[in-house]
Amino acid sequence: MDGGARLVTSIEAVESGLDGFGYIASRQIATAVFLAQRLNKPILVEGPAGVGKTELAKAAAQWLGLPLIRMQCYEGLDESKALYEWKYGKQLLYTQILKDKLAPMLGDSEGLEGALAKLHGVGDIFYSEQFLEPRPLLKALQQPHGAVLLVDEVDKADQEFEAFLLEVLSDFQVSIPELGTIVAPVPPLTILTSNNLRDLGDALKRRCLHLHIGFPEPKLEARILATRAPEAEEGLRRQLVAFVQALRGMELKKLPSVSETIDWARVLVLLHARELDSQIVRDTLNVLLKYEVDIAAVEPQLLAMVDKAKSDALTPNYGVPM
Amino acid sequence: MSDVLLDFVRAARGTGIRISPAESIDAVQAMNALGWADRAALRDGLGLVLAKTAEEKAKLAECFDLFFARSDMKRPEAPEAEAAPDAAPDAEAPSCAAGEPQGGGGSALGEMLRAGDLAELAARMERAAEQAGVRNISVFTQVNLYARRMLEQMGLRELDREIARGGPQAAQLRQGRDWLRGEARALVERNLALFARGETEKYREEMLRRARLSSLDRRDVERMRQLVRAMARRLAARYARPRKHARRGMLDARRTLRRNMPWGGIPFRTIWKTRKIEKPRLMVLCDVSGSVAAVSQFLLLFLWSLNEALSGLRAFAFSNRCIEVTEILNQLPIEQAGAEIMVQVGFGSSAYGASLEDFDRLAMRELNHQTTVLILGDARGNRTEARADLLRDIADRSKQVIWLNPEHPLAWGTGDSDMPRYRPYCKLATHCATLDQLERVIEDLLRASA
Repeated sequence: MDGGARLVTSIEAVESGLDGFGYIASRQIATAVFLAQRLNKPILVEGPAGVGKTELAKAAAQWLGLPLIRMQCYEGLDESKALYEWKYGKQLLYTQILKDKLAPMLGDSEGLEGALAKLHGVGDIFYSEQFLEPRPLLKALQQPHGAVLLVDEVDKADQEFEAFLLEVLSDFQVSIPELGTIVAPVPPLTILTSNNLRDLGDALKRRCLHLHIGFPEPKLEARILATRAPEAEEGLRRQLVAFVQALRGMELKKLPSVSETIDWARVLVLLHARELDSQIVRDTLNVLLKYEVDIAAVEPQLLAMVDKAKSDALTPNYGVPM
Repeated sequence: MSDVLLDFVRAARGTGIRISPAESIDAVQAMNALGWADRAALRDGLGLVLAKTAEEKAKLAECFDLFFARSDMKRPEAPEAEAAPDAAPDAEAPSCAAGEPQGGGGSALGEMLRAGDLAELAARMERAAEQAGVRNISVFTQVNLYARRMLEQMGLRELDREIARGGPQAAQLRQGRDWLRGEARALVERNLALFARGETEKYREEMLRRARLSSLDRRDVERMRQLVRAMARRLAARYARPRKHARRGMLDARRTLRRNMPWGGIPFRTIWKTRKIEKPRLMVLCDVSGSVAAVSQFLLLFLWSLNEALSGLRAFAFSNRCIEVTEILNQLPIEQAGAEIMVQVGFGSSAYGASLEDFDRLAMRELNHQTTVLILGDARGNRTEARADLLRDIADRSKQVIWLNPEHPLAWGTGDSDMPRYRPYCKLATHCATLDQLERVIEDLLRASA
């Protein structure tokens, strides 16, 4: 491995490296990044919304010092938007110029045959890189020192597109019929994310390292909170984590994720809260819970939950059995 | 080293994780990158490479722990045995007396037991297990057989002879032999858990697919549901793809421009992004009277798991009257929905004529030439009026009528069965009593409209 990409030496290096850019990686995540670099394989990240799937790609790009190229998937995404497109306007202009220039050039040749021979002699650049408009995938392959390619929410794209991704992901090359095959000088570190909207094909999964990021354990979440919302005081952070962990044990339509915990911490800091009390929790519950039914389900138990969170915050593992 | 990994892959496959050869190659590479030293990292790494869903990851972790459990047996005991041969670590481990003059011609195994060389014993046992082919074990009755074979490989016979000869240490050796037996059995049982599970599961699955749906054991129902879901997922994946939503008449600008290059880019010929795709429209009529209820439940479960490959799926349930159950199925999870349907119409004695009249009233107008009507029932109307004329109307208005009958064709027309009177209007009337048959019918249906 040469080029600008930083050589990853160990899992610990990944952990501390990502840590340096504000991403607290669990052991599994660090292992995944390490293996992705070593085996040159894309990582498919699945998990609930807001656990830091996209964030991982951003942090990895910063840490490795590589450009982050992001492709957001949606229904109807096709090759011309993902891979490349010809610059039609310029191609049309080119044909116009060609017409003007060809007339005097071919004027003195004898007969059709001679003109054709001359025409073939002219280098044809109609389909050449000059008229190629690279889209995210091609751009990622063309980076001289590699890149971090983030294919976001791949489950939202059509299945046809998924099939098309296979070639790119297995060999890090694409074939453009008019030009030939373009191979990446340095394979990009590829991260695909999925929210499990639909089952991805086996073929795609097989080519990827499959990383499932779930809700973090309390200790990890506390560390994440310490990095992302350092303005909150230690005691408050512990209570927050204990409260959110308890929420996740409940039957809710949408469980609060790490991003919601961070938002909540920031909100509480803005409100100058030094510790949880039932009033402030009730007022800010809509930061954590996004459905009316969920809020209604939690509210009656709020008092008890806040008390419990306060006492749980004093235990080493936030009241969650080890 | 990679042999061990391949065995692990085999064991993992046994738990139901699908691992392709390409993935096992990846696993070897991952292992080389990670090394053997860090157990947790290796487990995480293999989980990343081999398991592709959260459930598979859990299964794989469990399998990993079981598979690599044996290395634990050696580790804590070996240094102790070297350091203080007198202090045997556990009560169950063989005790030994150091410096004892060797009883003439002691067996190699006896020697090891006397010396308390547990590391060597464990290593030998591994080797013997390898030679005896313990990994081919498939049913639990083979445990004793394999344990015995392993011990014989290790030289049990000589040990027996030595014990029979008596002597000062015979009692100790006997104790040691018993301990060895226990260890060997434990090792074989671990292998059974690892490698035989796949075989047994496969066999049971095969059996279930052919079992009659109406006479399932209660404990098999849950497995059956899983099986149905897996089948439906497979079918859905295969048939949902080619008929993804149509691209409503959008101009394909890219292809249009290229197509019109010869005319200097003036769009003489336009190309549209249109692909009209038809999903089969399906109306299902399920008999939920006592005789057919079980099969109906599985049919509904199957169809509801297939949702993405079908459009406009509507379900009706009947016994002595007919109601639409589409809403119930959409709102409740399938287990509860089944019970709810039963409460509303189930368990009566079936009256086909009355039910067809209800259907006529409920949905006849919505049938069109794209609709397939799927009827599941035994056509036993308890001598009520058959109203085959209504079925004729249904057949006329719809694309086709398919009748699934859980009874064997030989029984059609016997007793109160009205099957011969309905049959002329069905494009297909077929026997459907097992999951295999059910899958075949539905696959044919999807294929015909693909």
